Amino acid sequence: MDRKCDHRKHIISVLVENQPGALARIIELFSSRGYNIESLNVGHTEDPTISRITMVAKGDEHTIEQIVKQLRRIIDVFKVRDLTDKKKLDRELLIVRINVETPEKKEEVMRLVEIFGAQVVDVSKDTYTVELTGDEEQVDAFLELIKPMGIREMARTGRVAMVRALHGETFGEQKE
Amino acid sequence: MKLSGAEILLRALELEGVEKIFGYPGGAVLDIYDRLPFTPLKHYLTRHEQGAAHAADGYARVTGKVGVCFATSGPGATNLVTGLATAQIDSVPVVAFTGNVPTFMIGNDAFQEVDTVGITRPITKHNFLVKDVKDLADTVKKAFHIARTGRPGVVLVDLPKDVTRELTDFFEEEYKTPVQIRSYKPVLKGHPGQIKRAAKAIASAERPILYIGGGVVSSGASDLVVKMAEVANIPMAATLMGLTAVPGNHPFFLGMLGMHGTYAANMAIQESDLIIAIGARFDDRVTGKLSEFAPNAKVIHIDIDSAEIGKNRHADIPIVGDAKLVMEELLPEVEKQVAKNREFYAAREKWILKVRSWKERYPLWYEPSDRVIKPQFVIEKIWEVTKGEAIITTDVGQHQMWVAQYYKFRFPRQLVTSGGLGTMGFGVPAAIGAKVGRPDKTVFCISGDGSFQMNMQEIVTAVHYNIPIKVAIINNGFLGMVRQWQGIFYQKNYSQVHLDVQPDFVKLVEAMGGVGLRATKPAEVEAVLKEAMAIDDRPVVIDFIVDREEDVFPMVPPGGALHEMILPNYGKKKEKKAV
Ligand SMILES: Cc1ncc(C[n+]2csc(CCOP(=O)(O)OP(=O)(O)O)c2C)c(N)n1
Ligand SMILES: [Mg+2]
Repeated sequence: MDRKCDHRKHIISVLVENQPGALARIIELFSSRGYNIESLNVGHTEDPTISRITMVAKGDEHTIEQIVKQLRRIIDVFKVRDLTDKKKLDRELLIVRINVETPEKKEEVMRLVEIFGAQVVDVSKDTYTVELTGDEEQVDAFLELIKPMGIREMARTGRVAMVRALHGETFGEQKE
Repeated sequence: MKLSGAEILLRALELEGVEKIFGYPGGAVLDIYDRLPFTPLKHYLTRHEQGAAHAADGYARVTGKVGVCFATSGPGATNLVTGLATAQIDSVPVVAFTGNVPTFMIGNDAFQEVDTVGITRPITKHNFLVKDVKDLADTVKKAFHIARTGRPGVVLVDLPKDVTRELTDFFEEEYKTPVQIRSYKPVLKGHPGQIKRAAKAIASAERPILYIGGGVVSSGASDLVVKMAEVANIPMAATLMGLTAVPGNHPFFLGMLGMHGTYAANMAIQESDLIIAIGARFDDRVTGKLSEFAPNAKVIHIDIDSAEIGKNRHADIPIVGDAKLVMEELLPEVEKQVAKNREFYAAREKWILKVRSWKERYPLWYEPSDRVIKPQFVIEKIWEVTKGEAIITTDVGQHQMWVAQYYKFRFPRQLVTSGGLGTMGFGVPAAIGAKVGRPDKTVFCISGDGSFQMNMQEIVTAVHYNIPIKVAIINNGFLGMVRQWQGIFYQKNYSQVHLDVQPDFVKLVEAMGGVGLRATKPAEVEAVLKEAMAIDDRPVVIDFIVDREEDVFPMVPPGGALHEMILPNYGKKKEKKAV
């Protein structure tokens, strides 16, 4: 088997029946077959009986192809699509509490908040809590810059994504 | 009219065409068992829930219908687990119903509560927990549909006790309408373009080989595949699960491939330039060292499960679809291509001759004896006495491999064996299910002394219902297959494989109400088999005391490539046994 060795991050979007067993099967698939998930995000779609799961998984092309096929086998799964190379909207929400004990730090955080289009959503004597929405790179870059100031606590949602509405294309590919 | 959940379940089973159920009652399924006697459904009380699952599995494998089993909550459900996993990995359609504690107690660690759907999720194609009696009929309908369509498999339906007690409306006409599962639409027809490409590749290959798996048997494609081999001059090799697709004596048939496959089958695969894999999944027991498996071959892979295609071996021409439906399209295409290109016969003649020479030079072989019973000899004799027409079930171990090698099957679904999971204890209960499904056939379970002891209580079930199965215990006083590995790869350090302490199987079976027989010398084998064949109202178990340290050959050592087989010691051979 000629397995290509580039381990890229893939973003996979799954439409699934909104049922507890469905999510359990998807998560178990990853553990039982030894695939790694970086993040996984679930929420319902415009149709409340259908959920969209967006997951980020790392692996070579062969592994990702297997993940997609194994996901399609699950009875409750409607559609699976690897969005990695598609034109897509791809966002993540970050909430981070940053140490700002000094006026210089306060100023620096505010500057970064402005540049990144983030928002300060909570304030205490010595912390700012910032909310940022962006693609993964933006979120990573922001974190990199504020790290030296001291991060108290943070939460990331993991990515959610949707194909861009080019040429009337929506979710596309039927379950095979 | 309002019916209880239990009544709805049983009525739905009837509407699904279910006739036989294998099961075991308990507190959580009392309401179901209370109504059961008032239905035409025939229930077999096995002596262990594992037996019920294997019997349902055996029934399904020989009939092609869905097998059904019942168990109570907690320990009943966990006892089913091995049986369900065995069926699932071999793609056998089984629907299991388990009771559970009432819905309001779920999650409370109530008496005999386990998370049955959680435990069985990884070993089922799908499973359901029914929380409202109003969903019950629809769920049963979906369960059968999922089990029998696409790649067949196991579906479990967990029924809390209150769901089986509560009343609701049941509309038979509505039940009979087609199932709608919006997220489940298996692809059955192959892609026409791919089928054309496959036909061209088949007609132009020089050294093609058919690699036939269990999917050929279960989809009913056997005749079409054999026809294609004949039309296009292609040698055939089969997996353990696919063995019965081809008549054992077919001149193009090389037997089983893989770890204990024949020399000819393994060499033909290794030297082929085109593998036509149908309903097979390139399992590690088949391929040996994957990176050295058939290094020069292109692969056509036909399978109903797209996830199997390209999983272990890259497919040059993948075709997703039901083996039979694909073969119906592919065969005429191949006929067309072959008619166009007459020259290929000449090229292929060389290949056929080469494959034949392998078959003749390195046949299956064992050293015969008139002193001790050779296990292979017992299997040959069973074949003779049953005229090759018996349904054979096996357990797991050396005896299973000797069955695969020495019993020449005549028709599809004739072999019932645990291929994927390799479950010791499968043979006896599976034979019960097989005999219930095919009462017209002799059903012979070929077991080992170790395996038999894993579910021997099911002999009582066979006695209870006068199910006249035959069991041959190939008694080598060892966990033979494990001993063989310890012998070859662990310097004969035999650790925990001696079965010197054993029940007297003859007395044991007699005590259970069956007939016990024994043979200790080669000269007794035929007579004892004939005696067994004459009994048709009770199970018979024959204890064959065989050569203790016979090994199964050929053998591909673990991690080795298919052509690196250890062969039998032909050097000493007195008499050559042809395949
Ligand atoms: C339930 C289970 N436990 C353990 C094994 C591992 N195993 C494979 S073959 C074998 C020996 C089987 O012994 P026996 O039934 O006497 O058959 P023989 O090999 O001697 O013909 C064992 C222990 C298994 N396959 N299944
Ligand atoms: Mg043994």
